[in-house]
Amino acid sequence: MKTGKTAYRKKQDAYQKIAFGLMKISTAVVVMVLLLIIGDIVIKGAPSLTIEFLTQMPKNQMTEGGILSCLVGTIELVILALSVAVPLGIVAAVYLTEYASEGKVKRFVEQAVNNLAGTPSIVFGLFGMAFFVKYIGLPQSLLTSSLTMGLLILPVIIRTTQEALLSVPQSYRDASMALGITKWETIRHVVLPAAYSGMLTGIIISIGRAAGETAPILLTGAVYFYPKLPDSVFSPFMALSYHLYVMATEGMNIELTRGIQYGTALVLIILVFSMNLIAVGLRRHYRKKGIGSN
Amino acid sequence: MKRNMRNFNEKTMKFLFFIGGIGTILILLLICFFLLAETANFLKTYPIWDFLTGTEWKPDEASRKFGLLPLLAGTFITTFGAVLLAVPIGILSAVYIAELAGPKTAEILKPAVELLAGIPSVVLGFFGLVLLVPTFQSAFDLTTGQTALTGSIILAIMALPTIISVSEDAISSVPASLKQGSFALGSNHWQTIYKVTIPAALSGISAAVILGVGRAIGETMAVMMVTGNMAIIPWSEPFLSSVRTITATIALEMGEVAQGTEHYYALFTIGAVLFLLTIIINGIADAVKRKHHRGE
Amino acid sequence: MKKQGLQNIKNANKSFASVTILAALILISLIGAGCLGQETDNNVVVSGSTSILPLAQSLSEKYMEIHNETVISVKGGGSGTGIAELIDGSNDIAMASRKIKDTEVTNAQANGINPVEHMIAKDGIAVIVHPANPVKNLTLEQLQKIYSGEIRNWSEVGGNDEEIAAIARDSSSGTQEFFTEAVMGDVELRSDLITQSATGAVTQEVMQNQKAIGFINAAYQNANLKTIGLDVNGTVFMPTEENVLSEKYPLSRGLYLYTDANVKEQADEFIQYIFSTEGQKIVREMGYTAVQ
Repeated sequence: MKTGKTAYRKKQDAYQKIAFGLMKISTAVVVMVLLLIIGDIVIKGAPSLTIEFLTQMPKNQMTEGGILSCLVGTIELVILALSVAVPLGIVAAVYLTEYASEGKVKRFVEQAVNNLAGTPSIVFGLFGMAFFVKYIGLPQSLLTSSLTMGLLILPVIIRTTQEALLSVPQSYRDASMALGITKWETIRHVVLPAAYSGMLTGIIISIGRAAGETAPILLTGAVYFYPKLPDSVFSPFMALSYHLYVMATEGMNIELTRGIQYGTALVLIILVFSMNLIAVGLRRHYRKKGIGSN
Repeated sequence: MKRNMRNFNEKTMKFLFFIGGIGTILILLLICFFLLAETANFLKTYPIWDFLTGTEWKPDEASRKFGLLPLLAGTFITTFGAVLLAVPIGILSAVYIAELAGPKTAEILKPAVELLAGIPSVVLGFFGLVLLVPTFQSAFDLTTGQTALTGSIILAIMALPTIISVSEDAISSVPASLKQGSFALGSNHWQTIYKVTIPAALSGISAAVILGVGRAIGETMAVMMVTGNMAIIPWSEPFLSSVRTITATIALEMGEVAQGTEHYYALFTIGAVLFLLTIIINGIADAVKRKHHRGE
Repeated sequence: MKKQGLQNIKNANKSFASVTILAALILISLIGAGCLGQETDNNVVVSGSTSILPLAQSLSEKYMEIHNETVISVKGGGSGTGIAELIDGSNDIAMASRKIKDTEVTNAQANGINPVEHMIAKDGIAVIVHPANPVKNLTLEQLQKIYSGEIRNWSEVGGNDEEIAAIARDSSSGTQEFFTEAVMGDVELRSDLITQSATGAVTQEVMQNQKAIGFINAAYQNANLKTIGLDVNGTVFMPTEENVLSEKYPLSRGLYLYTDANVKEQADEFIQYIFSTEGQKIVREMGYTAVQ
């Protein structure tokens, strides 16, 4: 038995060192970029984060006051969009994974979903405007924007739910059926719970997108200024994402309102991150209890 | 009695799922239909050859030029740059997190990546506008800091988290038995990674890269804010020149088009082109997955 | 062990159920609030020109202080967008920094809309450069040549030896259309224009780019920008209120609001307010030129 390393081994070890070094650098780059962006926004946005900022409406040509209307608008938009997309998405995914029979139709449908998951947000915005506003005649409103946003996140939810369902071992289903439990009951009590963590991943991603995407709401409901909180799903609304965009490009006092812009960006990030944290917490909760697919 | 009840439930649920599934798909297909229908309308009045080879996009009434090439160039250049940056960094980081990082480090890194993913595109566009654009302009002494490169960097930042987390998922799903087998045969960790783990996770990694590319191609707000929106084909210095993407064009112009005008249809047509690009990319991803499975 | 598993599944189902119920409750309350929401007839939707946007927003703010039953929402997008939305019936008032086109009028009438023009202010197009740029004046011809691409270097017009970064607006911009008509005429714009989506974005780029030139409405001028005087046959004019009103300044234009002839009462009242002394005072305060 040789005790030293062969030349081959030594060479492989050297390669390993280089490869691992590159990996560490890459990861460090990613972390640094994250810190740079978050840091910049936190430092420049924190001064704007006062109670007034969060609880007041914009005043005096948007140079003063707060972003309450944007905050509420974004939250309502996200909730409505999710309530459209999540039920539909789960149903479609369950259908595709558990019920649909293998074949060309199923493959075509899965392809369509995959394609739409990658479709640019502006295409959804264009469609939303053309279909809901111009064709059907809905007003530019919270409802129209939520529908459009719902369409945007629907394919992602279907895909991730499908992946989650697929990664539930077939043995779970077989064991359940062998016990005499019917298909639907199996899905409801065995498969779905096992897929929760994966499904939550999809929902996490979707929350972030719904809160942050601007293109789908550009012409379906978001406005520069609306003096009240949206009191009906048919009213126009302000949203954090759109607000940041217009404040940074359309206002008359862009330099003056830079603080507000940074503040808006910060609030948007905090909102998205806290939603993510909640979802991550839920996911960990399910994984710990042993009902994770991994 | 109970058995009949269960059967009934069973059949009902199956039916409901069928309706829901098909219905959802139909809604999504409606989008495709719209794109195609309006494209057909556009091509009724505008020669397809002029569209595909046109080098000018000037939608104003005097010119009415709807050439795809400058927009395609803009989309292509920014996406290409983003991929060059994001894919190597992304995959290497994913491998690190999945294979090298200790459990505590991974506990920090994975949420960190998700954090990066959570940054909305408009925030990144904003960041690019206030920080990168002025910096680039002075650093490279350019005509303007709004360039394809600026766009590529922002797009890369957007694509990275997708590439990393989906790849990481795929890599950590590789069964331990495969890896252990490799070690048993005498490979060291790196050899195992590139000979066994990565190939086993290849379909997932490809999917990750494809999703990342898709995000880059489809991004609107960020590129609208930092690329200068110049509808030209930048033959010299493609990365340091301003460009305009298909997505930005749609966003900039979709508000003002009256239903039924040539400009209106033109926007749908470039939207359809964008959609087609997405389909092609997904098709490539699929082919990779299938080839990989056959190889096993 | 098995019992533990089953218990876990039950718990998971319980939490799932509770989350679903919670979500459903939120959804129902939102929709409920929506259904019980106010009549949207008190809503006035204003959209269009980003040149007029700050003015419209200020006016609506002040107006709503007096008439707080009316709810005015304001949105940009460009003159073209505003008029398109008027034609579609998506807004009540369209803001346009250019006159409505004949084709647009035809389209409107085909949709049952009869556009009525209200000129609420006058405005000059200010040509702006970075404060460090030594160039002081330009003739209209020079301006045209810069934007057609014939003149590409600042040295050709008396400035530094630097490439000119010409900034323009997108096609939905009334400012852009007016500029094209008034300055370019039949001459085509250069292809390599840096296109910005709003007037604010133009000012931003010019403020930080020493090679840039752009055009904005005069009200957007600020201390961080330098306005170029326009040389008309030897006399230099700046876009002051006086010059714009008398149209001595060559790039003077009207700012318009367009409504349907059958516009809703609240919108009409708002427009009357703009023409009142108080409204015109705000116009002046914002840096625009009053019409009364």
